[in-house]
Amino acid sequence: MTDILVVAFILQTLRIAVPILLAALGGVVSERSGIVDLSLEGKLLIGALATEIGAYATGSGAVGALSGVAGGMLTGALYALVVVRFRADQVVSGIAINILAIALGAYLIQLLYHSASNAPPIPGLPGNLYANPLFWLAVLLVPAVHLLIARTRFGLRVRAAGEHPDAAESLGVRVDRVRWAAALVSGGIAGLGGAWLALENRSFLSDMAAGRGYLALAAVIMGNWRPVGAALACLFFGAARSLTIQLKTAGILAIPDSLASIVPYVLTMIALAGFIGRTRPPAALGRHDQ
Amino acid sequence: MRAAIVREGSIIAIALLVAAAAGSVLVLAYGQSPASVYRLLFATTWTSEHGIGQVLFKATPLVLTGLSVALAFRAGLFNIGAEGQLAVGAFATALAGGALPFGTPAALALPVALLAGALGGALWGAIPGALKAWTGAHEVINTIMMNFIASGLILYAGNSGLFVAETEHTRRVVEGAYLPDLGMAGSAANLAVFIALACAVGVWYFLARSRRGFELRALGLAPLAAEAGGVDLRRATLLAMTAAGALAGLVGANYVLGYKHYFESGMGSGAGYMGIAVALLGRNHAAGVVVAALFIATLQHGALAASELVPRQMIDVLQGVIILSVAASSAEVRRVLARSPEARA
Repeated sequence: MTDILVVAFILQTLRIAVPILLAALGGVVSERSGIVDLSLEGKLLIGALATEIGAYATGSGAVGALSGVAGGMLTGALYALVVVRFRADQVVSGIAINILAIALGAYLIQLLYHSASNAPPIPGLPGNLYANPLFWLAVLLVPAVHLLIARTRFGLRVRAAGEHPDAAESLGVRVDRVRWAAALVSGGIAGLGGAWLALENRSFLSDMAAGRGYLALAAVIMGNWRPVGAALACLFFGAARSLTIQLKTAGILAIPDSLASIVPYVLTMIALAGFIGRTRPPAALGRHDQ
Repeated sequence: MRAAIVREGSIIAIALLVAAAAGSVLVLAYGQSPASVYRLLFATTWTSEHGIGQVLFKATPLVLTGLSVALAFRAGLFNIGAEGQLAVGAFATALAGGALPFGTPAALALPVALLAGALGGALWGAIPGALKAWTGAHEVINTIMMNFIASGLILYAGNSGLFVAETEHTRRVVEGAYLPDLGMAGSAANLAVFIALACAVGVWYFLARSRRGFELRALGLAPLAAEAGGVDLRRATLLAMTAAGALAGLVGANYVLGYKHYFESGMGSGAGYMGIAVALLGRNHAAGVVVAALFIATLQHGALAASELVPRQMIDVLQGVIILSVAASSAEVRRVLARSPEARA
């Protein structure tokens, strides 16, 4: 009996954590290049929308997931156009992309499917987590993103752009290009998180990101802008959520969802204030070289 | 001065052109004519008393959240938390107004309810302000976190007895705390619009004429110089975020005191984020904020009429495009001007 509960707890933790993790991994890449990534929520949403469109048109979940990646990259490209090419304020633009994404999703499902609230059903993910390729992809992406940033030429340039853009520029690194690339990679990974949302729900909803993009940003910060750290933060968020659900189902303790939901946000504020270890953002986060 | 007007004017003009073009693409995709959608959007709003009243009603919270974002911005701070501040403020307004004894006169009930709203919002702004001032924690992330914490806590408090049983709203405020409507052909416009305008004048006076307001602007323009000149940066940071929160907290005047007379879950949601658009379009000046709020409110009300032809969400897409294009064009116009020699003279 207890074993079953523990397994259920672990599986649910992972399920909750995966989409946040994918968005957070995307966030790590763009933030390490010096772009403040408040647009993760929008990337998740557009990724989910594109997944719906692709999967519905072809009847294939795999095509859907690829469309999700493309949708996320497109969102990343729009963000890069505004903040890298035009040097627009990153905070304002990120929020604007999220406002745009939620409205665009609602508008496009009416345009494409003539429905005000929900999109037509699409193929889902396998019920069993072990048989779910997206799950394993998400797990593999944690070391992959770590290696990308820590061990490759591209990663070195990303870090240079995020820490000392002027110095990087003087050594011949094209900071703007690096940031464009980082925005696209970030969008693609976060778009995969959107694909997870749409495929798991077997349909797109225009408000389905439900704050996960902001939670992912919180995980990036709690994880000190490192992929493994961000993954641990996502697991922690997932476990906290899963625990309240399991405790309630088992009839042991009913912590109201409303109260449980604020835990990750409070913890992020505590972490940012430096009360649990020091977090250190990339030095040039949010700055443009002239 | 003239250069500044030309600069800000061209920023807005470019942004609105981009938004109109993007909107046209969306309308065409839906198989409608952009001209008739834009005509519906503006014609029905400003041609009837009811339409004007509804625009004023929708502009009121946007003026307050726009001022909130603009005030913080002038101090070099980003207040992304107007959303949470307005929720906490409106909730506090409703609780205070509902706790007053039956028959409390307006002269007492109104100030109490308004003060509660301002204090609630101020508290929600002061926390990220204090964290920024004393620990350096970034106010953008913290205000976003505070938005989520606000909605979670309000739901929790509401469900633990502050909402009327089996509902998601509080009890009604006493009648003395009602803000009368303006009697504009059945529209929801109420006296809160004058509270918002008074706040706009107050913010203008504070920033342009007062010592504390000067310190706040100094913090925004050149923190190191300000500190060398004797400005207490921590106090100025805390003051800016607290005042920004108080402004957003007054939104309850419009929805709670002037319209519904109780607080309900999700009340005013979106107005906080839209305040960022209003501040940006209004170029962070009090008068600009009022004009920008009227413009956005016109779009929002016009969306209802335009929904005959296209889905209402087109306007929400447009709002997102407007923010993006103002942000992009303001940076671009400044860079172009910085390169041209006449602008420097």
